[in-house]
Amino acid sequence: MAELPGQIQRMNGGINQLLEQIFGFSRRCLFRVISMGPIPNHLAFIMDGNRRYAKKCGLEEGSGHKAGFSALMLMLQYCYELGIQYVTIYAFSIDNFRRQPEEVQSLMDLMLEKIKSLLEKESIVHQYGIRVYFIGNLALLNDQVRAAAEKVMKATAKNSRVVLLICIAYNSTDEILQAVKKSCINKLDNIEASGSCKHEDTDSDIEAKDMENQEKKIQLVDIEENMQMSVAPNPDILIRSSGETRLSNFLLWQTGNSQLCSPAALWPEIGLRHLVWAILNFQRSHSYLEKRKKQL
Amino acid sequence: MLSLRVPTPTSFRRLHAGRSRLSRDCLFSYSPSFVNRGVRLRVRSTKSEVALTPAEEEEEVTLPEELQPELMPKHVAIIMDGNGRWAKNQGLQPWDGHRAGVEALKEIVELSGRWGIQVLTVFAFSTDNWIRPRIEIDFLFSLFERSLKSEFQNLAKNDVRISIIGDSSKLPKSLLRLINEVEEGTKNNTRLQLIVAVGYSGKYDVLQACRGIAQRVKDGEIDVDEIDEGLIEQELETNCTEFPYPDLLIRTSGELRVSNFLLWQLAYTELFFAQELWPDFGRSGYVEALMSFQQRQRRFGGRKS
Repeated sequence: MAELPGQIQRMNGGINQLLEQIFGFSRRCLFRVISMGPIPNHLAFIMDGNRRYAKKCGLEEGSGHKAGFSALMLMLQYCYELGIQYVTIYAFSIDNFRRQPEEVQSLMDLMLEKIKSLLEKESIVHQYGIRVYFIGNLALLNDQVRAAAEKVMKATAKNSRVVLLICIAYNSTDEILQAVKKSCINKLDNIEASGSCKHEDTDSDIEAKDMENQEKKIQLVDIEENMQMSVAPNPDILIRSSGETRLSNFLLWQTGNSQLCSPAALWPEIGLRHLVWAILNFQRSHSYLEKRKKQL
Repeated sequence: MLSLRVPTPTSFRRLHAGRSRLSRDCLFSYSPSFVNRGVRLRVRSTKSEVALTPAEEEEEVTLPEELQPELMPKHVAIIMDGNGRWAKNQGLQPWDGHRAGVEALKEIVELSGRWGIQVLTVFAFSTDNWIRPRIEIDFLFSLFERSLKSEFQNLAKNDVRISIIGDSSKLPKSLLRLINEVEEGTKNNTRLQLIVAVGYSGKYDVLQACRGIAQRVKDGEIDVDEIDEGLIEQELETNCTEFPYPDLLIRTSGELRVSNFLLWQLAYTELFFAQELWPDFGRSGYVEALMSFQQRQRRFGGRKS
């Protein structure tokens, strides 16, 4: 009789394992079917709605973000299983520093804990061979978080299978501003280094002068190579949870031609069906967009 | 904006004027307020199908009852997509679609002026559109010229100021002359500023701002350390207006992309994707977009306590 509760527990554990295996198998079958069409190379997520989720479920402060982290791990697993090579997430915006100090501090503590956990052997980083980048104005972070981030970047620098870009203390306008500054500095240094030659204005020299003037001007490629996000191609799809339809200063430069999705689900509620739906929509417009890219 | 063809456009949030049914969204949760909005719209569009009496027409001039005056956006941006598809659906030529697009724009400009919107920016021609057939591009520019000439008096009468932004180096000289005339002639008008983006892209705008800043640094006017977001904002082509950042961006024809329009300026803009093609957009589509905007909670990265 005393063995009965133990037996029931073991049975439950066994059933759960079986169900997990069935779901996993079904998911892999689904991914095989989806992979018959084009798969996006780069997916970006704005993880919005954690706090609203906590309020909705009557949880304490901070639990929403923890639930959000679990949802993130699940989404990363699905993305990498599907063969998506780059995933970018909006973890913390420069604007978020304007929130209450207690909330900012608890978010920083949570991020420190999770960043450190990426280095553990059982973490998703090792499971999928993820190279991790931290993109943003890292100088705005406290020393501990910044040090942990740099440690993770260094430790994963040799990984090459898939890439995770974590935007932290990030704003797109700040990223563009830094790129503009660097472009200005580089161009001015180049001009000084090449020196100035005085020409007589003969016909051939006028043409040479025009070319020289053109080279002196900053080009689009100068700005782009100075962007922090230049380590990855542009996102094919940007998914923002919680139903808000705005970019909130995230990847403005890179999402010019990205498909934008705004499922109503709050971030901790995001699931496989939202990802699949986004990819199916992407596949519909893909061939047309590829044709236009070639024309351009 | 010249229409971008996609075989079967679809979206997460299909917003049909006059229909409350949400196709495919049954898989996902949606806010109840959205359904109510759809029902209200259905009533509204039924009303507009009936011929209006002069008294009702008078009422139409003021703000529709669904919209609250204190929540109206100051700056609305529109990507006018779908002219080509509209023409194809009607069995017409692409240029007929663009002509219909101009008529739709006139209606939206008039409504914006009446409803207290201060700036309306429209994406007429992108840098990416230069790949279109030459005949279509030539037609577009001549249509633009004709429309500007014919509407000039109207604009002056309605106190509308016109500004053109974008790379004008490839535009025909006659059009450039006309643009200068119209900009000069309407520069003191204050009711509504209509900004038409021609030969424009968000990246081009940031690039030209960057070049302007680099020149100022080279001339010793400013130091590199003084370059900040405010300085970039001053150099962008939207410096022609007091409100350079749109509150609301509307894109018609169901495409879910920004397509390189107003890149920097869209940082906190609410986006609205309408299913209708641009020539069909009209008053009801505009009201729906503005209603959606008025229900949004804008936090700018902070928290609403």
